[in-house]
Amino acid sequence: MNGETVIDIRHLKTSFFSKKTELPVVDDVSFSVHKGETLAIVGESGSGKSMTALSIMRLVPTPNGEIVDGEIYFNDRDLLKQKEKEMFKVRGNEISMIFQEPMTSLNPVYTIGDQIREQLTYHQDITRREAHQIGIEMLQTVGFSRAKEIMGEYPHRLSGGMRQRVMIAMALSNNPQLLIADEPTTALDVTVQAQILELMQKLSKEYDSAIILITHDLGVVAELAERVVVMYGGQVVEEAPIDELFDDPLHPYSEGLLNSIPKIEGTQDRLDSIPGTVPTPDNLPVGCNFVTRCPYAMELCQQEEPRLMDKDSSRKVRCFLHEEGIATDGQQHRSS
Amino acid sequence: MNTNEMKQKAKSPPPASGAETLSEHESMFRIITKKFFQNKLAVLGLIILLVIISSAVLAPWLATHDPNAQSLTDRLAPPSADNWLGADHLGRDIYSRILYAGQMSLWVGFAAMLSATTIGVVIGSIAGFFGGWVDAVLMRIVDIIISFPSIFLLITIISVFRPAPSMLIVVFGLLSWTTTARLVRSEFLSFKEREFVLAARTLGLPTRRIIFGHILPNAIGPVIVAATLAIGMFIIAESTLSFLGLGISPPTATWGNMLSDSQDLTIFLTAWYYPFFPGLMIFITVLSFNFVGDGLRDALDPRVMEK
Repeated sequence: MNGETVIDIRHLKTSFFSKKTELPVVDDVSFSVHKGETLAIVGESGSGKSMTALSIMRLVPTPNGEIVDGEIYFNDRDLLKQKEKEMFKVRGNEISMIFQEPMTSLNPVYTIGDQIREQLTYHQDITRREAHQIGIEMLQTVGFSRAKEIMGEYPHRLSGGMRQRVMIAMALSNNPQLLIADEPTTALDVTVQAQILELMQKLSKEYDSAIILITHDLGVVAELAERVVVMYGGQVVEEAPIDELFDDPLHPYSEGLLNSIPKIEGTQDRLDSIPGTVPTPDNLPVGCNFVTRCPYAMELCQQEEPRLMDKDSSRKVRCFLHEEGIATDGQQHRSS
Repeated sequence: MNTNEMKQKAKSPPPASGAETLSEHESMFRIITKKFFQNKLAVLGLIILLVIISSAVLAPWLATHDPNAQSLTDRLAPPSADNWLGADHLGRDIYSRILYAGQMSLWVGFAAMLSATTIGVVIGSIAGFFGGWVDAVLMRIVDIIISFPSIFLLITIISVFRPAPSMLIVVFGLLSWTTTARLVRSEFLSFKEREFVLAARTLGLPTRRIIFGHILPNAIGPVIVAATLAIGMFIIAESTLSFLGLGISPPTATWGNMLSDSQDLTIFLTAWYYPFFPGLMIFITVLSFNFVGDGLRDALDPRVMEK
């Protein structure tokens, strides 16, 4: 965890523009990932997780979306300052990405082999035959016993879990330093989910790649991640090592998320849930973004926006309850 | 095998053993051809087209006469052992002329289709993929061309320049790429949102490769159908122009200018076979292209492609 930093995102802001209004979907997001580390980004739908990932790749949907501000240092290079041509060398080669929908992430008109070979020969100076060999090895690595046959198959012949493994094989085949997994298991059967997660964990160790795991499933987080970034309304509201977050969530939103996981011990008539929904970017409240759903909202929260504060060396939180000199009245905010 | 069985076969998960999967390995191409050959009209159309195309290609060997050789004694001669389909008003053998005319008519049809489809595909892809102002500008150009009374433009251009086959092909191409462009654009609009396109972009593949290598093959089905139907349309268009005396100039035979030459009441009354056979050829050819086009449309149905 104290390895060298692979990617360092500072004050990233990505907005969508409609007519004349600016709608920030990622607002002042900062975090970093170290070599060999798995960082999870959790949050509800619409909290800006996927947009953060696409911003790193510089693939924010055009023409409406735009990265407005911030820096993304990848190996001491600011990706946001690179020319588009440079980005083509970064994508798929140094940073690769896998997606939520394995059913549609492969091109239906080409065989698996065609697709693996294409991006290999594009990024590396190798022949088609060598690429074919590497492709077979990669497919074996992700657990296909009939790798040779799979190379000749069309995507429609494979199941969801198989396709996701193909996607992982493709993503890792150029040995990237960073793998972004955008809800990689959401669309899969529960039994297959575990396989895919184990595979990702094993491979990240083997290839020493850093992983950014985007998910809304805290079970997945507990399984795989070392550190967690909780996002809400386009902002990072809390950053913590995984154990500390589960034991002692600081932000009321993290607390709500954890309370809404079904517990195995004891009986529970109803699952806890956080009332309301994530506000849309054009409808963010004044002050703290979470104020409308927060059980501890104070007057201050409706007036000012809290900053992301260092709680201690490893934890950050964006909440007035934890700012020095504000929540000093001994208020016990955590429900027992 | 009926459609349902086929779908099920394509859908069923690959069996555990490798050998079995390989033997029943079905590519998209196989599924499509199978579906096409189930359509009797389409197959009939394809057979007729193959006969017509090969007869045109083999014209020098199949023809009984020099298509342009005139024989005053045989003027408007009825079908006989010598002139199988009769002779025209200059005593030329209609059968031989129809064979050679087929070369020209089909060539114009194919070449015009190729140029129109190429322009349409490139412009439609670019407009659909990039969207925004690029799309707006290109689609306004399409609107302008479509709203132009193209038959008059055609007649003007052709009568100003010498009506050579290449001229016809260029003009047809430039005036009729718009339908293909719109078609391709709409396909791109839906395909570019698909996740495999985003996946290809995150793999760092160049934009040109994504447009023409990844999205276009998925969108090619409707284009093939439209192109097939367009050949028939261009053959008709060429005939129309030739009929008006603006097409390919005599003595080169096309089905259209043979019809045009037979425009005469006496010929209609005394030599029915002169206008009849070139007209029949146009009719059969265009009809066959339409059958094949319809067959392709059914075979390339995206619901089958997705399986």
